[in-house]
Amino acid sequence: MTQPSSVQPHSGRRLHPIPVRVMHWINALAMIVMITSGWGIYDDDVVISGLHFAGALRLGGWAAESLQWHFAGMWLLTINGLIYLVYGLITGRLAERLLPIRLADVINTVKDTLHFRIAHDDLTEYNAVQKLLYVVVIVAGVSQVITGIVIWKPVQTYPLQQVFGGFQGARLVHFWGMAVIVGFLVVHVALSLLVPSTLWAMLTGGPRVARRDGARP
Amino acid sequence: MRSPFRPIQPPSPSLLDNHRPLVRALERRGVIRGGLSLGALVMLTGCDLDRPASVDAALRTISSFNDRVQALLFNPDKLAPTYPESMVLKPPKFNAYYDITEVKPVDAASWKLEVSGLIDTRTPWTVAQFAALPEQEEIIRHVCVEGWDYIGQWSGVPLRDFLRRIGADTRAKYVTFKTADDYPSSIDMATALHPQTLLATKYARQTLEAPFGFPVRLRTATKLGFKNPKWITAIEVTNTYTPGFWEKQGFGWFSGL
Repeated sequence: MTQPSSVQPHSGRRLHPIPVRVMHWINALAMIVMITSGWGIYDDDVVISGLHFAGALRLGGWAAESLQWHFAGMWLLTINGLIYLVYGLITGRLAERLLPIRLADVINTVKDTLHFRIAHDDLTEYNAVQKLLYVVVIVAGVSQVITGIVIWKPVQTYPLQQVFGGFQGARLVHFWGMAVIVGFLVVHVALSLLVPSTLWAMLTGGPRVARRDGARP
Repeated sequence: MRSPFRPIQPPSPSLLDNHRPLVRALERRGVIRGGLSLGALVMLTGCDLDRPASVDAALRTISSFNDRVQALLFNPDKLAPTYPESMVLKPPKFNAYYDITEVKPVDAASWKLEVSGLIDTRTPWTVAQFAALPEQEEIIRHVCVEGWDYIGQWSGVPLRDFLRRIGADTRAKYVTFKTADDYPSSIDMATALHPQTLLATKYARQTLEAPFGFPVRLRTATKLGFKNPKWITAIEVTNTYTPGFWEKQGFGWFSGL
C-alpha cells in the first residue's frame, strides 16, 4: 500500500499524541480493575446460573474487597473516560479516526478478512471493522458507567432504570456490557500482539501523520 | 511408518507464496511473549487475598470518601418508587449472617426498646406501647448488596415521627441501633428523617414473624438491605460514629440507594 502523498515523515503530530497514550493506558488499568473486581461482586448473586468466575481471576478476596476495588476504580474509569471523550470531541480526533463508517466498507473488510487479506501496513488508517469495534466499545463503556450509576443509586436516579427494564434489567445490561468489553479486549489484545507495531505505536506515539482535510485544527 | 494423516502428494510450495505477508504478520513469538505477560497480569489479580496493609488502607480511605459523596448525592425529598400490592413477596426473603434455623425469637413480654443519647425522654418502650404508635405502610423494593431484590410491604411508625416523640436532637449526625442478634448498625440523620424510613412492626399487614425482626426492625427505602437491622433493642441519637456489623468487614457505611 502506498503512503498518501500528504504525509510527510517529519512533520505533523504523532499518530497517538501523548494525551491519548496516557489515557489509553490509564483506561487499560481501570478496565482491568473494573472487570476483575466486577467478577468478584458477581459471584454472590449470579446473572447466568452456572456461570462463575474463578477465584484467581477476581480482584478482591471476597465481595467486600471486590466492591472496594470497584468503587475506587469507578473514579479512574469515569474521569479518564470523560476527559478522553471531551478531548476526542474538541480535537476532532474521534470523528477523524472513527468516522465515517460505511456498511459497504464493513462488509468488504469482513469479506477480505475471511479470505485472509488483512492489510495492516498502514497503522494510521483504521479499516471499517476496526472503526465499528472502537465505536461499539466506547458506547459499551459509556453504557457501563450509566448502568453502573443506576445500579449504585437506583432511588436517586429513578426512573432512569426503566430505560433498562428496571433494576434487574440494568444489572443485566451492566453484565452484558462487561461481556462486550471483554470480547473487544480479547480481539484487541490478540491483534495488537499479531501486529506488534500497533502496540509499539501506543507506547511511543507511532508515525507522524498529517491532518486529514476537513479535520479541525 | 507413514502417518495415515499425511497427504500422498506434498502440497506445492508455491501455494504458500500467496500468503507469505500474512504468515510474516502473524509473528508467533510476539503472540507467545504477549500471552505470557497477559497471563502474568491475570495472575497478579489473584494475589489479593493477602493484600498489603497500605492497599487496604487506601481502599478504605476511598470508601470513606465515597460515603461523603453518597451523602451529597442523597436527596432527602426524593421518594423511592412504590409498587402495587400484587407484587409483594410473601413471606419476605430471610437474610442474616447466619441461617434462618438459628434465629432466636425475641420474647415479647420481656422485650424493651431502650432509647438514649441526644434525646429528651429516656423511658424504655414495651411492645404494647410501641404497637400503639400511629403507623404508615409502604410497598418498596428491598435491594441487597449481593444484587438480588424483592418487593415488600412494611408498616410501622416512621422513624422521624418516633425521633420527634422522644425529643431527639435531629441536628445530631447519626442514629445507631443495637439488636438482639448482636448486629450493630448506624445510619445518617438525613436518612433517619426520610419519610420512607420506618421502624417496621408488620409485614403484609401481619405482625412481623420472628425471622424477619419481631417485634421491631428498621426498614428504609433508601439504603441497601444490610442497613436494616432486625430485632432492635436500643436506639441512640449521637454524634459518635459506630460502624455496623458488615461495615467492620469492609462494606461501605453509607450504602444509599
